Amino acid sequence: MSLLPAVVALGDDALVLGQRLSEWCGKAPLLEEEMAMANTALDFLGRARLYYGYANTLGGRDEDGYTFHRDAREYTNLLLFELPGADFAAATARQFLVDAFDELHSAELANSADATLADIGAKVHKEATYHRCHSAAWMVRLGDGTDESRRRMQQALEDVWGYRQELFVNAPAEQPLVEQGILPDRAELRAAWQEAVATTLAEATLTVPAASWAVKGGRQGIHTEHLGVMLAELQHLSRSHPGAKW
Amino acid sequence: MAAASDEFQARIDREERIEPQDWMPEGYRRTLVRQISQHAHSEVIGMQPEGGWISRAPSLERKVILLAKVQDEGGHGLYLYGAAETLGVSRDELIDAMHTGKAKYSSIFNYPALTWADVGAIGWLVDSAAIVNQVPLQRCSYGPYARAMMRICKEESFHQRQGYDIMLALARGSAAQREMAQDALNRWWWPTLMMFGPSDADSIHSSQSFAWKIKRYGNDELRQKFIDQAVPQAEVLGLKIPDDDLQWDAATGHYRIGAIDWDEFQQVVSGNGPCSRQRLAHHRQVQEDGAWVREAVAVHAAKHRAGSDGPKAAARNSDTAQEGRADAAV
Amino acid sequence: MPLFEVFVRSRRGLDHQHVGSLRADDAEMALQYAREIYTRRREGISIWVVRSADITASQEEDAPAFFEPAADKPYRDATYYELPKEVKNL
Repeated sequence: MSLLPAVVALGDDALVLGQRLSEWCGKAPLLEEEMAMANTALDFLGRARLYYGYANTLGGRDEDGYTFHRDAREYTNLLLFELPGADFAAATARQFLVDAFDELHSAELANSADATLADIGAKVHKEATYHRCHSAAWMVRLGDGTDESRRRMQQALEDVWGYRQELFVNAPAEQPLVEQGILPDRAELRAAWQEAVATTLAEATLTVPAASWAVKGGRQGIHTEHLGVMLAELQHLSRSHPGAKW
Repeated sequence: MAAASDEFQARIDREERIEPQDWMPEGYRRTLVRQISQHAHSEVIGMQPEGGWISRAPSLERKVILLAKVQDEGGHGLYLYGAAETLGVSRDELIDAMHTGKAKYSSIFNYPALTWADVGAIGWLVDSAAIVNQVPLQRCSYGPYARAMMRICKEESFHQRQGYDIMLALARGSAAQREMAQDALNRWWWPTLMMFGPSDADSIHSSQSFAWKIKRYGNDELRQKFIDQAVPQAEVLGLKIPDDDLQWDAATGHYRIGAIDWDEFQQVVSGNGPCSRQRLAHHRQVQEDGAWVREAVAVHAAKHRAGSDGPKAAARNSDTAQEGRADAAV
Repeated sequence: MPLFEVFVRSRRGLDHQHVGSLRADDAEMALQYAREIYTRRREGISIWVVRSADITASQEEDAPAFFEPAADKPYRDATYYELPKEVKNL
């Protein structure tokens, strides 16, 4: 099984969340947090470039080919990463779930049998450790803040909770790579993730939502409707001038 | 008081900096609050026209560069609010003053960024003009402002280059891209020249600011410096400056320009620019949307201050913090 | 939201230096924001944050009493002492 689609998928996760985070530029609740969100966005976009760059050396397209010249059905990011997160509670809840996962996933990826992925994993691990620290602090602040902030955070968690399941599924194409020690086994990360999330939520006086629903489809290109709209904005300029250099 | 006032001016004349705890005339404080806060607001409002293009940047590399650049503007706003706060006003008060129209921001940000080339033109022209303005401010008599300007100037140099780099790519690109670049230059040239403000003869704030060394060069002088730099840069791009009267004056060694439309400037400054209402409405909306977050943060912090001895010292693992020498002690 | 002062050690062997201020509600938040705002270009390897209100600063009106008494003690400076030209390493 080829490594290429698995690398592109990791790039897609990073790209769409980097785009979502960059949408907060000029909109954060305080100027200091504005700076923090932009730094996080730059880390995610940087990650996307590393994965796409690696994909390119494996015979894939270049980074702009992946970013600007695929339709939503060809994107293979997990749904959690593409959700709008348009208010600060939703953005924070999603970010915390992602960061808690990335911290665990990147630690394993740093041990990959593939040297390039191991390097990327080590780099991502440093970023993700800081991001998780930052987003967990926000969960606690908002969960254990005012009645309104607790209500908003609990609602945001409920709304995003069903999207967590995909994080722990190895796509069929990824399974052989897991067995070769190239990709982390996502299923094995679940327990540690649940514990880390539960610890922070307890501190935040928030309730772990009931695990009754799950949405999936990202790795198969079956997305939410939000992705197409995001891509329309992201891609229109590049696509309006075929072949142009910028 | 006469003695204090004489000593204050003598200190300025000796090129010493004024620091927050020093005695200063009320007019000096007011002038600085007005100027620094206007500068801070300009940085923050200035995030909007370019920020709107981050999601649409035409390549991944341009996207990260633009995001880093717009983020820097936010940082510059922070440095400047911090400098203003050493004068005894709070950031909230300053922002309220902008929302009610009492405090201004640079007129340039009331024009729309319509195409990707505008992002290039803003970086190239607007940031170049800002740098021409800001370099002398590094020697402003007020210490915290001068220090903030040093930090800003150091970071700002990449901003104009990335803008020019965008223009270069467009100028070397397809016919449609070249047209986009020329169109952006056409629309941003005159508003950029207006950024320097009216002629010194007509400027209401100038003479006292010179005596206090808040200002060191006249508006016309700085404008001319910018023009002399920008015209040859436009030539390298193969773009035409939209001024039929523009000509090189060998006798003075400067470019001469046509007449600036000061009526337009007055309209924009008094809040009637093409995007004036949009910019303020956006800023107000963001403040409103974030109110519940700021409130929660304050309540959370209060709960936890009550529950413990207060936050842990950040310096717990290093040598003891030495004597405080911060600017903002009030 | 309280104001914090930020001090950054730019590299090993140097003192922390005051670089600016920011607003945050507690020290942890202030430390994170100091990192986001003042070390974007690898400016630091260590950060202190201090509540501005916790800093006690000397005042302008105290300056004569505080600092001028040091002005008449030039014998504390090495340059006060004139040595014969032939004396080295002193």
